[in-house]
Amino acid sequence: MLSSARPLSDSERLFEARRISKVYDMGEVQVHALRGVDLELHPGELVVLLGPSGSGKSTLLNILGGLDRPTSGQVLYRSQDLAQASDRELTAYRRHHVGFVFQFYNLIPSLTARENVAAVTEIARNPMKPEEALALVGLADRLDHFPSQLSGGQQQRIAIARAIAKRPAVLLCDEPTGALDSATGIVVLEAIERVNQELGTTTVLITHNADIAGMADRVIHLSDGRISSIERNLNKKRARQLHW
Amino acid sequence: MRALDRKLVRDLWGIKGQVLAIGLVIAGGVATFIMSVSVLDSLKITQAVFYRDYRFAEVFASLKRAPESLKTRIQAIPGVRYVETRVFAPVLLEIPGYPDPVSGQICSLPDDGEPVLNRVYLRQGRLIEPYRVDEALVSEAFAEAHRLKPGDQIGATIRGKKRRLRIVGVALSPEFIYQLQPGAVIPDFESYGILWMGRTALAAAFEMEGAFNTVALSLTADAREAEVIDRLDEILERYGGLGAHGRKDQISHRYLSEEMRQLQRMATMFPIIFVGVASFLLNVVVGRLMAIEREQVAILKAFGYTNGAILTHYLKLVLVIVLVGVAGGVAAGVWLGQGLGRIYMDFYRFPFLIYRLRPGAVVAAVLVTAAAAFLGTLYSILRAASLAPAQAMQPAAPARYRTSFLERLGLGRTLAPPTKMILRSLSRRPVKALLTMIGVAFACAILIVGRFFSDATDYIVDIQFKLAKKEDLNVTFIEPTSERVLYSLRSLEGVRHAEPYRWVPVRLRYQHRSYRTAIRGVPEESTLYRLLDQDLRPVAIPEHGFLLTDYLADLLGVRPGDTLRVEVLEGRRQTLEAPVVGLVREWVGVTVYARLGSLNRMLGEGRAVSGAYLDTDPPYQQAVYDQLNRMPRVAGVSVREKGLRNFYETLAKQMLTFAFFNTLLASSIAFGVVYNSARIAFSERNRDLATLRVLGFTRGEIAYILLGEMALLVLAAIPAGFVIGRLLCAQMIAGLQTDLFRIPLVIEPSSYSFAATVVLVSGVVSGLVIKGKLDRLDLVAVLKTKE
Repeated sequence: MLSSARPLSDSERLFEARRISKVYDMGEVQVHALRGVDLELHPGELVVLLGPSGSGKSTLLNILGGLDRPTSGQVLYRSQDLAQASDRELTAYRRHHVGFVFQFYNLIPSLTARENVAAVTEIARNPMKPEEALALVGLADRLDHFPSQLSGGQQQRIAIARAIAKRPAVLLCDEPTGALDSATGIVVLEAIERVNQELGTTTVLITHNADIAGMADRVIHLSDGRISSIERNLNKKRARQLHW
Repeated sequence: MRALDRKLVRDLWGIKGQVLAIGLVIAGGVATFIMSVSVLDSLKITQAVFYRDYRFAEVFASLKRAPESLKTRIQAIPGVRYVETRVFAPVLLEIPGYPDPVSGQICSLPDDGEPVLNRVYLRQGRLIEPYRVDEALVSEAFAEAHRLKPGDQIGATIRGKKRRLRIVGVALSPEFIYQLQPGAVIPDFESYGILWMGRTALAAAFEMEGAFNTVALSLTADAREAEVIDRLDEILERYGGLGAHGRKDQISHRYLSEEMRQLQRMATMFPIIFVGVASFLLNVVVGRLMAIEREQVAILKAFGYTNGAILTHYLKLVLVIVLVGVAGGVAAGVWLGQGLGRIYMDFYRFPFLIYRLRPGAVVAAVLVTAAAAFLGTLYSILRAASLAPAQAMQPAAPARYRTSFLERLGLGRTLAPPTKMILRSLSRRPVKALLTMIGVAFACAILIVGRFFSDATDYIVDIQFKLAKKEDLNVTFIEPTSERVLYSLRSLEGVRHAEPYRWVPVRLRYQHRSYRTAIRGVPEESTLYRLLDQDLRPVAIPEHGFLLTDYLADLLGVRPGDTLRVEVLEGRRQTLEAPVVGLVREWVGVTVYARLGSLNRMLGEGRAVSGAYLDTDPPYQQAVYDQLNRMPRVAGVSVREKGLRNFYETLAKQMLTFAFFNTLLASSIAFGVVYNSARIAFSERNRDLATLRVLGFTRGEIAYILLGEMALLVLAAIPAGFVIGRLLCAQMIAGLQTDLFRIPLVIEPSSYSFAATVVLVSGVVSGLVIKGKLDRLDLVAVLKTKE
C-alpha cells in the first residue's frame, strides 16, 4: 500500500520520474512513446504538458496516473516507485491519491451529477461532500440532473468535481477542453484554476492548445517522446484572460 | 468473395462467443424437434408396415368358450373380411435357474400354416411343426430377459398340469408390441411372457378342444366398425363374451398411441420455447450490433449501397447463425432420435425400426427458426438501414436514464451509486430485463419438466404400491373358486396372511354413457389392499353400493348418491343396480369396488373368490411359490417387489438418458441468455466501467455493477421458472390423462432445487466468462474515445 497523504513542503517533490521510457510492442513494429523522460512535480503547482499528437504526453499522464507502467525507469510518488507497484496497489493509488478529468467527461449516464461524485467519495478516505465539490465548480443548482440533461461544459465541470471531491494529491486532466468551444472551455479552465488555488491540488493538464499554457506555473514541451524544453511561466494569466 | 461478405465473416468472428451461445439454443430446439418428429415418423411407419405385413386384426373379442362352429356365423357378419379364432391360456412358467414366479399367456397358432390375422414374425429358429405338442415360440422380450434360445426347455403349468415345452423359435407379433401383464402398469419382461403353441396341443392342455376363447377380425373397406362390434357382441353373449372392441382399445395399440401423443407434444412444446428464446437473443445481439455499426451503415449508404443491400447483408448474418444452429441441431437430433428409437425398441417390440427423417422436417426446422430469427432482428436492422447517412454518422444520442421505480418509492437514499446503476439500468429497459428473466425462467422450467415424469412416477409407486397395495404375492385363479381355497392358502408354510378378492368383468351404464371394466370385491377388513380417498386417507368399504375410481366417475358423469347400472359379463350375466357411495383416488386403471360379501350376494353366488393377496415371510417366499405352482386352480402369481424393481431398472435407464439431455439443453438456454445479456451489457457499458476503474474502483467493485444486474435477473427468474415449470408440466399431462393411467402433478422439492442449482451454475459460469473480460478491460483506450 502506498503511503497516505502527508503535507509536503514546497521544496519537496510530489513526483519524480527518472529516465522513464515506454515501448509499445505492436507486433512487427515497436512504438517508442517515451524515450527517457526525467520530470519533477512540486506540490500545488499547475503544469501544462504541451505537444503535438503522438508526442507522448498522454502516455506520460497515464503513467503518472497509475494507468500504465513504464517499460523502464522509475516513477516515484512520495518516494514510492509506481513502476514497481502491483495492479492492486495502482488501483488503491488511483482511488485515494489521483483525480482524473477526461476529454469526453466519461460520466456515468445512469447516475445524477451528485451521484457521479458520490460514486467516488463513497470509496475515498477523507472526501468532501458531493454538494461541496459541485458548488466549487459552480453547479450547486444541477445536483439531481442526469448527464443527458446537461451541456458539455456542465458535464465536464461535474467530471472536475468528481475528480477533486476525494481531495486528491494530484489532478490529471487529459485535454479537458478538447471537446468544447472556447467560451465553455474557459469556464472549465476556471474551475480547474479554482481547485488548484483553493485546494492547492497539484494539477497536470495536457493540451495541444498553446494558448492554455498561459495559465500554467510551468510548461513542459514534449516532442517525439522526449522533453524538448521546460519553461517557467513568469507571466501567469488568469483563465478568464485566455482566449483562442 | 465480395467485400461486404468478407465484412460479414469478420463481424461473425468478432462475436463468435455469442454466435455459439445462440447457435446452441437454436440447436437445442431443432434437436428436440428433429428427435421427436423423426422418432414419431419412424414409429408410425414401422407400425404401419408391421401391422400391414403381419395382418394386425381390427376387432378383438374374448369370451369364455365357444364352439369352433360359431366361426361361420361370425364370418357372416356384414363387413367382416377374415376371422381368426384362437385359444389364449394363462400359464405359470418355470425357467431353469430363475427362482421367482413367472407367468404368461400362451396363444394358439393354427396347426396348418400361418394364421390369417395377427401373424408372428420369426426372429430366430423356426415355426412349430404341425401337431407337435411340446413345441413353443417365445416372445423376443421374454427370451432376451431370460437369455432363452431355440433348443432350450422350460416348464409350463397349464390348468395345474405341468409339462415341458421346447423352445423352437423366438417371435414378435403386432398384437404384443407393448407386452403388458393384465393389471400391470409397466412391462416386466422377466416376470411375464407371451408364448405361442399349436392350436391342437394348447386346446388339449387348456380343455378347449373344438372351441375358442378369443377371436380377431379384419374388416372390409366399407365396413362400419361399431356395427360389427355390436353384432359380434350379440353372437358371443351366450358364450361368455366380455365385449368386443376395436384397435383403439387393444392394449398394445393403445399404449403405443399414447406414447405417440406424448412425443407429438414434445415435438411442439420444447422447440417453441427454444426458438422463442433464440429469437429474443438474436434481437438483443443484433440490436447491439446495429448500434455499433451505425456509422458503418451510414458510410455504406453514402457510397451508394441501397437499403435493400444493407438489409440483406445483416439478414445474411442472422441466417448464418440460424444455419449453424440448425445444422448442429439436425445432427444432434438424428443422433438422439436413433438413440431414443433404440430405447423405444426396449419397450415397444417391433421386429425392426425403420428410422425415417423426412426432408420436410428439416425444411420446417430451417423455415421456422429463420422466420423467428428474422422477426426478432428485422426491426433493429430496418431502423439502422433507413437512417439518413448524415444523421447516422453523428454519434447516437446519449442514453437517457431516470431514477428507478424503487428509488421513487423512497428507497434511494440508502443505496450506494453502484446499486443505483444496477436498478436504473434495469428500469431503463424493463422489457429487455423482463425478457431476459423469462428466458432464464424457461431454462429453469425445462429442468423441472425434465424431472417431473420421474417425480410423478415415484409418487404413483409410493401411493399405489406402498400405501394402497401391501401384498407380497398376488394369486389369481382360473375361475371363481370357493372361499375355502383360503384355508389351503393360509395353511401354506410362510404365509402370514391371505386376503381374498372377487373380480368380475362388467359393463357400467349411467344415462347414455357406458364403460367396460371390472368390479373388485374386497373384504371389509382389508389390510393388504387399501382404498384411499382423494386426500389419500384410507376409506372403509361400504356395506352396500360401490366405490368408484374418481376418474371413472368423471368418465361416466356419476356422483356419490347416483345409481349405477351394472351388466355382469360372466356367469348368469345379470343386470344389477346399486348406488355409488364414494370415490377413491387411483392413478393406474379404473375400478369399481364393492364389499366382497355384498358382491357375492348381488351376483347370487356363494362365497366365491377370484384371487388372493398374500403376505409372506420373505425367507419362505420361494417355498410358497413352489406350492402355489402345484395348485391346479392357480392361473398366475405375481410378486410385487419384483415388479417394482424391474420397473425402476427399465425406467432409470430411460430417465437417466433423458435427464442428462434435458439438463444439457436447459443449461444451454440459461447460459445463452445470461452470457449474451451480460456480454451485451459489457459492450454497452465497458466505457463506464473502465472510467470507474480509472477513478479507483477495484475489479470486484465494477464486476458487482455488471454482474449484480445479471444476478438479480437470475435470482428473480428462478421462482418465475418454478411457476412456469409447473404450468408446463400441467400442460404436458393435460390430455394425457386416460383411463389407463393418470399422471399426478407432483414435483418434488429436490427437483426445484436441482433446477435452481443448474440455472445458478450456468449463471455463474457465464458470469465468470464475462468477469474475465472485465479483468482485461483496457483502461487507457476508453479515455480517448467518445464511444
